[in-house]
Amino acid sequence: METLLQQIVNGLVVGSMYALIALGYTMVYGILGLINFAHGDVLMVGALVALEAIRLLQIHAPELGLVPTLLAGLSISVVVCMILGYTIERTAYRRLRNAPRLAPLITAIGVSFLLQTIAMIIWGRNYHSFPQLLSTAPLEAIPGVFITPVQITILVVSATLMVALVVLVNKTRLGRAMRATAENHKVASLMGVDTNKIIAATFIIGSALAAVAGVMFSSNYGTAHYAMGFLPGLKAFTAAVLGGIGNLGGAMLGGLVLGLVESIGGGYIEDLSFGFFNSSYQDIFAFIILGVVLIFRPTGLLGERVADRA
Amino acid sequence: MKQRALILALAGLTMTASTAAMADVVVKLGFAGPLTGPVSHLGKDEQYGAQLALDDANGKGLVLGGQKVRFELLAEDDQADPRTATTVAQRLVDAGVKGVVGHVTSGAAIPASRIYEQAGVPSITPSATSPKLTQQKFKTTYRVIANDLQQGAAMARFATEALKAKRIAVIDDRTAYGQGLADALVDNLKRLGVAPVGREFTNDKATDFSAILTRLKATKPDAIFYGGMDAQGAPLLRQMKQLGIEARFLSGDGVCTTEMIKLAGPAIGADVFCTQAGIPMDKMPAGKSFNERFLKRFSVPVQLYAPYSYDAASALVEAMKLADSADPARYLPQLQKVSFKGVTGNVAFDASGDIREGGVALYQYQSGKWQLRP
Repeated sequence: METLLQQIVNGLVVGSMYALIALGYTMVYGILGLINFAHGDVLMVGALVALEAIRLLQIHAPELGLVPTLLAGLSISVVVCMILGYTIERTAYRRLRNAPRLAPLITAIGVSFLLQTIAMIIWGRNYHSFPQLLSTAPLEAIPGVFITPVQITILVVSATLMVALVVLVNKTRLGRAMRATAENHKVASLMGVDTNKIIAATFIIGSALAAVAGVMFSSNYGTAHYAMGFLPGLKAFTAAVLGGIGNLGGAMLGGLVLGLVESIGGGYIEDLSFGFFNSSYQDIFAFIILGVVLIFRPTGLLGERVADRA
Repeated sequence: MKQRALILALAGLTMTASTAAMADVVVKLGFAGPLTGPVSHLGKDEQYGAQLALDDANGKGLVLGGQKVRFELLAEDDQADPRTATTVAQRLVDAGVKGVVGHVTSGAAIPASRIYEQAGVPSITPSATSPKLTQQKFKTTYRVIANDLQQGAAMARFATEALKAKRIAVIDDRTAYGQGLADALVDNLKRLGVAPVGREFTNDKATDFSAILTRLKATKPDAIFYGGMDAQGAPLLRQMKQLGIEARFLSGDGVCTTEMIKLAGPAIGADVFCTQAGIPMDKMPAGKSFNERFLKRFSVPVQLYAPYSYDAASALVEAMKLADSADPARYLPQLQKVSFKGVTGNVAFDASGDIREGGVALYQYQSGKWQLRP
């Protein structure tokens, strides 16, 4: 029983990070119908910039406490990623707004490689140790079930950000403009919405979320690396599709479901398959679930496109 | 001095040829390793080790096939470079060497071994530890140091005997290295009568191990072995602590690095152990006297693997003694039967050419670095 509970905790922690990253994919897809494959690498840039900022702060402002240092590092990396997100949209996607859909997909892959290569030149090929500013000492929540302060922070921060994003999209002027742009660019711009600005804002928000996710990811695992964005990026994209791409609630649900499926799948696949499969099939198991869901619900768990349903 | 000896030996050779009198026959052995470049100190070290072995053999006045023989060492520089290694190997073969001590690095030893195999010249490496070298199934390729897989055997013994671990769980990263190491450990554990309580898998790009660790936690392990590299080993160790798993962490040389200490941060402690092929000299049975003789002969201390190259050269000489011949075709089969007490320990080979009792050093993390376990 405690093993199952622990697997659920593991799954929720991983899943909430997936969910946060998936929001970036789904927002961009909802508005542009574009899959921004560079999103995972924005996460990597976020983690590495925060790492560098924290290192510098620890040298030049050691009197700052642990949490203020982390917050300062996080803020710097969020700002850098917002600028990066805007730049990517401006240079790689805006000019291709009316091109066939495959063209921006190719530039997205190009941007992904470019970011990885630049990061490799700056930070090298080695794994970096990410400073542990929050405690990773385990707390025993229920007898036999452990969770660390970092993981609690991850759960709280992702939940807060998700709620904030939903409020932003549904209750504010910017959100209304975003929904209008998602529904129909041309009509929205005829109604006086500056769609270019709205699309840029979408990229900026998505990149800020990716930066936060990157810092959380590295804080939890204690390492950062120039290629660290690829796998979480791929998983989050899967989560977005699982939940119904373009749908904010879907991305969150998809992320959590994927995290849970992975951890419970990894933990029980051998028992469930009577020893035929083992944990080397952990990732495959998650994709089998994705396949099954898409067979029965081709538009994902909650359906595509938030705007059409809103 | 050396030249005069050569001339004398050559004179002896012509004399034996013409008069069939009892005189010295020169047997040339090759040595190949980096004698220039960043690891040249290791190459030179091994060259001296082999030289010392041949000096000792010459001092005893060995008789093969009724004739007194004198060994000479022909040293070549492979720069630890795979391409240069093949050139150098060919040069040694063309020079008519009867056997080779070398090469020093796995990258050079693997391509060179093919050339020795085709020429039928036995080669024994003192320090190349890649399992691939002997997995080529060449009849002429031997090694006097433990390979990466033999680390698994050493760790199995250590875990069950010294640590008294009974419930050992095993994780590997499904790479040739990690899987090979983990399989070797599991095989040896079973031989010692300990069945692993769990076997889980990950990959060499993973960062999250919480699912498999939670699964293993339920089996109540007292030790977890990881076959893989430090980049995954460090987060894995961290997550073990985060999940409240109080088991020792065991691994191979992929984790026996300073990177591991850096990446694992506060998670690393005295309950972390790793292995590395080869044993340090002060742990060798004849290490102390070897070091003294080495210093006297070459006026430099032993760097690292000189004792291994001493044993490699001695193994060639031993096989020649058994065959009563320096002809590679005749003494090669005898290499399989060689068994003697070398500087580094017992020297005897298995069917694939690997040393049977390869020494493996065991390290324990203590106050900021890896400390050798007695």
